[in-house]
Amino acid sequence: MNGLRKLTDKIKPTFEKGGKLGFLHSTFDAFETFLFVPNTVTRKGSHIRDCVDLKRVMIMVVLALVPAMLFGIWNVGFQHKLAFGLNDWGFWNIVWYGIVKVIPLYLVSYIVGLGIEFVSAQLKGHEVNEGYLVSGMLIPLIVPVDVPLWMLAIAVAFAVLIGKEVFGGTGMNIWNPALIARAFLFFSYPSKMSGDTVWTGGMTRYMAEGTAYASGNGLVDGISGATPLAHPTIEGLQAAGTGFMDMFIGTVPGSVGETSAIAILIGAAILIWTGVASWKIMFSSVVGGLAIGYLGYAAGATDLPGYYQLVMGGFLFGTVFMATDPVTSAQTECGKWIYGFLVGALAVTVRLWNPGYPEGMMLAILLMNTFAPLIDHYVIECSIKRRAKKVKIA
Amino acid sequence: MSNNIYLKKGLDIPISGTAAQITKKVIVPDVVAVKPTDFRGLVPKLLVREGDKVLAGTPVLADKMSQNILFASPVSGTVAEVVRGEKRKLLEVRIKADAQQEHVDFGVRKVSDMTAEQIREALLESGLWPALVQRPYGIIADPQVKPKAIFVSAFSKAPLAASPEFALGDEISDIQTAINALGKLTDGGIHFSLNAENYSGTPFHKLENVIMHTFCGPHPAGNTGVQIHHISPIRKGETVWTVSLLMLAAIGRLFNTGKYNLKRKIAVTGPEAIDPAYVEGYPGISMKDISEFYGSSENLRFISGNALTGTAVGAEGFLGFFDNQVTILREGNEYELLGWAKPVRLSQFSSSRTYFSWLTPKRKYNMDTNLHGGPRAFVLNDVYSKVLPMDLYPVHLLKACLAQDIDKMEKYGIYEVLEEDLALCEYVCPSKIDIQQIITDGISLMLKEMC
Repeated sequence: MNGLRKLTDKIKPTFEKGGKLGFLHSTFDAFETFLFVPNTVTRKGSHIRDCVDLKRVMIMVVLALVPAMLFGIWNVGFQHKLAFGLNDWGFWNIVWYGIVKVIPLYLVSYIVGLGIEFVSAQLKGHEVNEGYLVSGMLIPLIVPVDVPLWMLAIAVAFAVLIGKEVFGGTGMNIWNPALIARAFLFFSYPSKMSGDTVWTGGMTRYMAEGTAYASGNGLVDGISGATPLAHPTIEGLQAAGTGFMDMFIGTVPGSVGETSAIAILIGAAILIWTGVASWKIMFSSVVGGLAIGYLGYAAGATDLPGYYQLVMGGFLFGTVFMATDPVTSAQTECGKWIYGFLVGALAVTVRLWNPGYPEGMMLAILLMNTFAPLIDHYVIECSIKRRAKKVKIA
Repeated sequence: MSNNIYLKKGLDIPISGTAAQITKKVIVPDVVAVKPTDFRGLVPKLLVREGDKVLAGTPVLADKMSQNILFASPVSGTVAEVVRGEKRKLLEVRIKADAQQEHVDFGVRKVSDMTAEQIREALLESGLWPALVQRPYGIIADPQVKPKAIFVSAFSKAPLAASPEFALGDEISDIQTAINALGKLTDGGIHFSLNAENYSGTPFHKLENVIMHTFCGPHPAGNTGVQIHHISPIRKGETVWTVSLLMLAAIGRLFNTGKYNLKRKIAVTGPEAIDPAYVEGYPGISMKDISEFYGSSENLRFISGNALTGTAVGAEGFLGFFDNQVTILREGNEYELLGWAKPVRLSQFSSSRTYFSWLTPKRKYNMDTNLHGGPRAFVLNDVYSKVLPMDLYPVHLLKACLAQDIDKMEKYGIYEVLEEDLALCEYVCPSKIDIQQIITDGISLMLKEMC
């Protein structure tokens, strides 16, 4: 340990202003602060500080995402096995296929995203911000596994540059950067982001070339590869052989990390326990989703009971990991209730009454990100008026 | 009238080094300093020159803006040095104390026979007027103004704060005299806040001519700002005064003995203080006078006040006018390998559950001055209001201060807060933002624009 510190101290001058590699100062600083909590002491204000920092907060979110990621890797292989009838595949075959498909998504996400982060930090002379650790973890989990890597790279670059850096970096952005990446893909390359063939690993390639990775098999008869959202009726789900429990456990096609309610709920428990994400937003979003879900059920817009809406598609993933982004969500406690409710309600509204989009979570969150400052504004105005009244009475 | 107010939000910081309730020594002052920097916004006028003889109570400085506000020497002796900083800003007037202390005689007076005007005059000429702090902004009270009310907090939950019962418990009669005197300066009465957990155990609940309140809750429940917010919030255009118990005792002493006597029990605290305990001394005493509480001053930080809001004065520095606490901390200027990534980090405290210090709620930590991270933009938004028991939106207030938007600062409550009230927000901030500095700048802006 001391050796590592000595080495760092030895090479540090090279990267400081005036040093040979001075232009890489931010990069060096990022790696140094990653390895060591810096030796800076308080200069102003409080002389002692809590030992929690943003790195710790971010790593908690990354940890909370791990169950969804692991399940996603397994499910990618499992869906491939189902689609191509690979009955001899065991657990490790499935996982290996998932790894081969998902790890490249992660590599692209982190290399492109962090690359831009480092360069922009360097240009601005800032410290590299750890916010992208979370965005980079999220992005591969919310795209279809068959998305072409070059598209993902462009989307990530767009998200980091336009979604975040132009506003000034983490903490200043208006929209959730990971969702910006997904929205970019969704509107720029709709054929790769929706439909029936993108959700199962290898199917795109099979459609194009008649062959899929690791398999000479053809598609199994009757496999549609569509997510449950494509046929959101009791009948449709039965025809696809999907039950509520399948969707709860997550053994259905979908974006990489969004399918398993169980894995997401483990993540939610971590986030709520550590206090990193707001349980108010999660709770009210679920309430909003249920409310509109049952309203649609009662009004005959769907024959699925409201609770089905929670486990289908990206509802839960969005609720737990995307809507709760502290930077882009509502900032006031009362505003969080309103914001969360509207996220859930809008997402299900889009699902039930908009024939164009089977899934509404992404758009609901982005829309509510836009309106979050407005919600906060009115919450604060109300609170100030209420207080003024109270003072007058007293 | 008694009033119970329960506050849930806040945090008692578990830092080690509480002062034992014994007076370890009586400091015979050597060199003491009068520091104009103890008072916000003060433009001082020097009234003495190097080599002048002064008594305890002789004015040393005056406020340039209203020259009847005087600042007196706490000891008798000779003016040794006038220390100036950048742009010749006056920092300290150092006074070499005599072996035998002599006081200016202001005459013993009976408060009940005095008018408000006479009381004001007595406080001004004796140099005790600056003990009265005006809200908003935390500046020296304006003698022309009649405040809405006067607020006194009789307890502090700040880290390692001196126990008022131990430090001032035997000065009840002086405090009562001061309350009787100050009561004539306002029509709103003197609001006196006690700690609900110790209501009957404290001698202060016997004080008369005050409006008693009790507060219950973690730090900052003992902050006057928080108490005012719950008793009678400050609206635009209103002024209230606050005064500490410590200063009440000094004011009472002035009337009862005719002397300007700021003698106080000072808690020497902190993880690096050896056998932390109390000493008896004066404001302006040097850190060198408490040298038995630390081995070598190397790599230590000496704070006049508590670890959250105090001023780092250095090993050669002097105790502030309002302070009765010294905190000694170690400078945390070393690297910690993978600190933030360790699953458990037993030697550090965090109020957040991202670490495991919530498992050991009784434990005290040897905290140091390391920042524990790098400065970032605001990211988490709900950590601040969890430690601020006020109906305010701290992040919005801070952003208004940063944007120098006076209308919004007003709306979001700049009149009701001082740095100390948001010190805990700064402590818990994962983005390591200097919140107290932002508030200081905001208040300076208000003072500049509104006066």
